[in-house]
Amino acid sequence: MNRIFTLLIGVMLTFSNSAIATTAAERSNVNMRPGASDISLEVYELHMLMLWICVVIGVLVFGVMFYSMVMHRKSTGAKAANFHENVKVEVLWTVIPFIILIAMAWPAATTLIAMEDTSEAEVTILVTGSQWKWHYKYQNNPEVEFFSLLATQREQISNKFTKGDNYLLEVDRPLVIPTGKKVRFLITSDDVIHSWWVPDFAIKKDANPGFINEAWTNVNEPGIYRGQCAELCGKDHGFMPIVVIAKGPAEYSAWVQEQESAARRANEEEQRLLAMNMSMEELMTQGKKVYDTACVACHQANGGGLPPMFPALKGSKIAIEKQNIPVHIDNIINGKNNMPAFGKQLSMSEIAAVVTYERNAWGNNTGDMVQAKDVNFVINGK
Amino acid sequence: MSTETLNDAHDSPDGHDAHHEHHIPKGILRWLFTTNHKDIGTLYLWFAFIMFLIGGAMAMVIRAELFQPGLQIVDPHFFNQMTTVHGLIMVFGAVMPAFTGLANWMIPMMIGAPDMALPRMNNWSFYILPFAFIILLSSLFMDGGGPAFGWTFYAPLSTQYSGDSTALFVFSVHIMGISSIMGAINVVVTILNMRAPGMTYMKMPLFVWTWLITAFLLIAVMPVLAGAVTMVLTDKFFGTSFFDAAGGGDPVMFQHIFWFFGHPEVYIMILPAFGIISAIVPTFSRKRLFGYASMVYATASIALLSFIVWAHHMFTTGMPVAAEMFFMFATMLISVPTGVKVFNWVATMWRGSLTFEVPMMFAIAFIVLFTIGGLSGLMLAIIPADFQYHDTYFVVAHFHYVLVTGALFSIMAAVYYWLPKWTGKMFDITLAKWHFWCSLISVNVLFFPMHFVGLAGMPRRIPDYALQFADFNKWISIGGFAFGLSQLIFLALIIKACRKIGEPVSDQVWEGAEGLEWEIPSPAPYHTFSTPPLIK
Repeated sequence: MNRIFTLLIGVMLTFSNSAIATTAAERSNVNMRPGASDISLEVYELHMLMLWICVVIGVLVFGVMFYSMVMHRKSTGAKAANFHENVKVEVLWTVIPFIILIAMAWPAATTLIAMEDTSEAEVTILVTGSQWKWHYKYQNNPEVEFFSLLATQREQISNKFTKGDNYLLEVDRPLVIPTGKKVRFLITSDDVIHSWWVPDFAIKKDANPGFINEAWTNVNEPGIYRGQCAELCGKDHGFMPIVVIAKGPAEYSAWVQEQESAARRANEEEQRLLAMNMSMEELMTQGKKVYDTACVACHQANGGGLPPMFPALKGSKIAIEKQNIPVHIDNIINGKNNMPAFGKQLSMSEIAAVVTYERNAWGNNTGDMVQAKDVNFVINGK
Repeated sequence: MSTETLNDAHDSPDGHDAHHEHHIPKGILRWLFTTNHKDIGTLYLWFAFIMFLIGGAMAMVIRAELFQPGLQIVDPHFFNQMTTVHGLIMVFGAVMPAFTGLANWMIPMMIGAPDMALPRMNNWSFYILPFAFIILLSSLFMDGGGPAFGWTFYAPLSTQYSGDSTALFVFSVHIMGISSIMGAINVVVTILNMRAPGMTYMKMPLFVWTWLITAFLLIAVMPVLAGAVTMVLTDKFFGTSFFDAAGGGDPVMFQHIFWFFGHPEVYIMILPAFGIISAIVPTFSRKRLFGYASMVYATASIALLSFIVWAHHMFTTGMPVAAEMFFMFATMLISVPTGVKVFNWVATMWRGSLTFEVPMMFAIAFIVLFTIGGLSGLMLAIIPADFQYHDTYFVVAHFHYVLVTGALFSIMAAVYYWLPKWTGKMFDITLAKWHFWCSLISVNVLFFPMHFVGLAGMPRRIPDYALQFADFNKWISIGGFAFGLSQLIFLALIIKACRKIGEPVSDQVWEGAEGLEWEIPSPAPYHTFSTPPLIK
């Protein structure tokens, strides 16, 4: 990169680059950030190179025009010249831009080829977008997989609570990756098109349903890196952030092992819960918690929904009539119409709790209690 | 260019003209049944202005919601409807009909033709437009709301995951497309067949040239859009799966089809602007346009290149590297002919005898601000950087610079330039200057900071944002409200002009104005060039 800098507009560029890079080291409010990987720094430098070339072109062109506007005014007695063609000049200002373009295209192509080379990755993570959350699955450690949802409270969004520092850029379970290793992301979607964007890695790749895209990074420094979904994906497009924590390789391995044993424990817990019944109070407390993270965006805190795209649960036949309990459970597990499937995201006991909650909240007082084993019955038929 | 006036309009005004006025039906019927290119041009321009105000009102809703972080005014679903319909209305309802209106008014007068070639079709191509937009706007009041998938209506958000209003959206886009195609055919036929004797192609004013090329682009790509919306319709309602991977389709194919229409569409909205600026700059520089021939060739090259750059809207969709390279280089190439145009305008001003009447003020603002939009477009072509810019406010800034301070400013420049010819009276210059300065300042407060928030990482099409973007968004909203209010000055000015208040103007109107339209009386009579002028 440096070669091209000096080649083109050396002094100016080096000056501007160092001046802005110091302020942009964290989260700049006015400029792209240099980011956390070699590639993201290259992209940043490419951006600054382009920016300055454009600024120089602009200053030259507008300079000539403004000069003319000042010097060639009729009011100061300027008489119009008669020329209206000049082949030499016209060839010149066709050829010079062409040369500038080639000078721009060369470093851009080099960086692009490096960015698209996803071979020889040490860690591979499957990233799946769905309305409106991300799911991460560690291909090298298949037991480790989880959903990552917006963690900002609804009350902050509706201006009832003060907004925190990471408002809308915080999740319940961040993605964790190792530093100093080539991490490859396989990106796809379960429903509409999303786009997985982490500015500090210079990665923005669309998550297309039915297809898998690839991207990679190699993060230099441990840290917390935040991004957002970048492709309009429906109502809560603005509310599906991405948080990535980069840990040193040793810490990363420890974290993976912890996740693996946690996954095993959760599995055992699930089996245990199948055998026992939770009390109404437990179900309702747990159910409200689940509802507030998974359901509230569409069905709303008062259960009224936003009909007809997002139907009301309050007073709905499915949530009130006893014979519909299996349908109710099934809709949550497999989804219905616009509603995504939650079977992978929620455990059986969580589904049991949220079904109970929905059947008893907002005046739906059916008194129905649904247990994990009822959910298991719907899923496995036993 | 000089003419031998065989023009009936130069006959005694109380004789021949009065005879013609005699045939004009009065009241609403005149406007309903008119086949007169000037009447239809006026209808198009008023329609575009009304749509501009409606689309602008939606932008005000968007900016009010984004004034501060958090959700205050609208829910996210309605916010998405606003961004979607704002885009559709501004593209198909404001900018395109405004250019068609200018084409109707000016092309016959510029080439010495008595009217458009297909006047009855002309009437029809206008009168289906209001229905298209009534359908589109009424969909906002349906259960489940109007279209909320962005004006680009990417599948599967617009197919499996959209509301029933999608059917109305598709139908209204079909009608808009039919209207555009009919308008374009009319322009092509008029220009090819009805030029006055001696008006060779290379003598045509650039506005005529750019519209001729635009019309071919329209005929080429509007059917592609029609195909895209039809596939969305059948995917959604009739069980096909063009864009559904589960049925063997491909959601990315939608984007290829859409942008194969969409990129030429971008030039449809800017080529006539080039023509307008190429008419205004020489007039107020009192000097012939520099490089007329290269302007024509540059316009044609831009039009041809526009067919091979569509995928630069889709760099993040995961194309093969070779394809990405091709589209990057082709896109960068467009900056060469576009640059030639800007250089030609500057060279026209160079050593001219400049005055700065209102049309010239808008034209100069156009040159500067459109170039800024063009330069950010060049940055967007650089794929590694585009991965960071894509779908952020940087893109929003870019296309508003080319569409608002580009296309829209050129339309305003054109209206100020030709309005005295249309009404025979000079418009209110004080109001016009207020309109210019208020618009110029507010539009930059509105769109310039969008570059910053975009680079800092704010995605587009979100109803709420992280706190670091709050300061700039407040300014952007203030600029937005100010720009919106500034357009009411324009409305007042236009109403005043339509009521024919103002100083009478000469036939030439502007010292230094050249061309056939300045050789007929002001106001332009109802019928002009019933006998063609002879161009020497």
